[in-house]
Amino acid sequence: MIRVFLVDDHHLFLSGLRAELGGEFEIVGEAGEVDAAVDGIRRTRPDVVLLDVHLPGGGGRAVLEAVRQTDQDIRFLALSVSDAAEDVIGVIRAGARGYVTKTISPPDLAAAIRRVHSDDAVFSPRLAGFVLDAFHGDLTGVVDPELDQLTTREREVLRHIARGFTYKEVARRLHLSVKTVETHVSSVLRKLQLSSRHELTRWASDRRLV
Amino acid sequence: MAQGSAARPWRRTTTATQAPHRPAGSAIVRSRENRVLLGVAGGLGERLGVDPVLIRVAFAVLAIAGGSGVVFYLLAWAVSVEPDSDAARDTPVRRPSARQALALGLVVLGSLLLLREIGLWFGDQIVWPIALAAAGSAVIWARSDDRDRARWTIAGARFPGNPIEALFTGRVGLIRIAVGGLLVASGLGLGFANTGADLAAAGNALLGVAVTVVGLGLIFGPWAARLVHQLAEERRGRVRSEARAEMAAHLHDSVLHTLALIQRADASPEVVGLARRQERELRAWLYRAPVPPEGRLRLAVEAIATRVEQRHNVPVDVIVVGDAPLDAAAMALVDACQEAALNAARHSGAPLVSVYVEVEPDELTGFVRDEGKGFDPDQVPTDRRGIADSIRGRIRRHGGNATIVSSPGDGTEVQLRLPRGMGVPR
Repeated sequence: MIRVFLVDDHHLFLSGLRAELGGEFEIVGEAGEVDAAVDGIRRTRPDVVLLDVHLPGGGGRAVLEAVRQTDQDIRFLALSVSDAAEDVIGVIRAGARGYVTKTISPPDLAAAIRRVHSDDAVFSPRLAGFVLDAFHGDLTGVVDPELDQLTTREREVLRHIARGFTYKEVARRLHLSVKTVETHVSSVLRKLQLSSRHELTRWASDRRLV
Repeated sequence: MAQGSAARPWRRTTTATQAPHRPAGSAIVRSRENRVLLGVAGGLGERLGVDPVLIRVAFAVLAIAGGSGVVFYLLAWAVSVEPDSDAARDTPVRRPSARQALALGLVVLGSLLLLREIGLWFGDQIVWPIALAAAGSAVIWARSDDRDRARWTIAGARFPGNPIEALFTGRVGLIRIAVGGLLVASGLGLGFANTGADLAAAGNALLGVAVTVVGLGLIFGPWAARLVHQLAEERRGRVRSEARAEMAAHLHDSVLHTLALIQRADASPEVVGLARRQERELRAWLYRAPVPPEGRLRLAVEAIATRVEQRHNVPVDVIVVGDAPLDAAAMALVDACQEAALNAARHSGAPLVSVYVEVEPDELTGFVRDEGKGFDPDQVPTDRRGIADSIRGRIRRHGGNATIVSSPGDGTEVQLRLPRGMGVPR
């Protein structure tokens, strides 16, 4: 059974998550703020951490950065009510393997956790839109062409995800295997995390909302 | 996105101002933009790198001191040339500098002393106070400090940037100038009457100066008052926006969460729809840009969701990549997307409608998709045929094409493509 750690400062939401996921996953711990979360995660060494983007004491990003200094193999799935691009891109760049909004249905959330656990990336339509938007436009300021731009195929896959297709549907429509779609998405995630493309940061801060 | 292209027009402007294009050799070119009387002071200012206001004050002071300023002004006018149409914009404009302003001041002072020696002089009681007052106001009006200027510009276009311009705004402007000018003139007149009189007249000279000052106050007072008022208003606005950000952070944490929870709970569709609408409205209010970007494609597409959800209580996911001005083609795309989304919400039975719009350099694309019951596009019932035709019609009128991909049991996707005009800014 996949071991899951929940990080969220909203008790109501936390108890909701526990009830929904308890049957399918082993909930090994939960925390509502950065320090407690970092301690708890290091102690219990879960497979997947469900991480709220907004947390008192530095946000989900602080948890990610602290944990990844000591434990590289714990996977994070970011969860937020915020659709603020800066927050989302921030946690992804800090190492989260995916992002879903809190309005996601329980079955979809469970599927996302399993996907992150098997080391794939979870791109919601919204995240795919963000990435396309961030890598949109001309290529001024490109430092590393391998990291700083998306291939035509990756772009096509992302567009389909943004249009609301599941990975399986994307594979069928583009005549690819699901595995290939996953590879493309993981490659986009890697670029998103490693690219020094300066527009990425500027783009995100342009869309700073709160 | 705008990142890349935003830099380009800026670069273009720089090269334009750098172009070493100057008409009529080295003659002084009268200023077109910076003109009160004939543009002589403006042209001189641009040429010398001194704020034109300073030049005007210099002329004025010299005019008082025996009228030589008028002679100089006419001389300068005679040797200067009119700018030819657009070329003037390309002439390099030297930034006003403190050093040059000081040099100008010394030239005026020297001329004054010279005139005093020669005897072209109204008397110490008049010329010195007026020269001082003029120099003082010149310092105030000139505001050659770039940082200051930038701050005033940022404060908003409604700011009366130039006091001379501000004079002519409003109906009372001319009356004010007339009254103010009359007072200045009478102040000077009082000074005139005193010329050559004994020292007892010094008091009268002071009265003259006082009247002059009142006159100047009448001319420029409203502008100064408005400036002060607007600065205060700006400060209040800043305080308000800080308070708002704080409240937004709080609402974000509490209310948005609750609304998200309701949407995940097994509540009735009506309640879920209500929570979703409320969330959307709250989000729109919280994250509203200080200046709503009117007429942008992104905003218009995002508004589709609200409309469809209100009418049919089916959630609509909207993703927009890039942004563009809302021109006729973009408008057609928005309308077609909305029609397709309404159609999907009404007929498909799907729990969710996805709208995706992307702005590409040469075309706009739009996809409206549902996972509903679908239909056979070749055997469409007439009521749906009409809608399909109207979507196609809209798009075709703007040179694009619309494809409807659907089969029974496999959802529907409306695909829209519209060419963009060449060179349209993103």
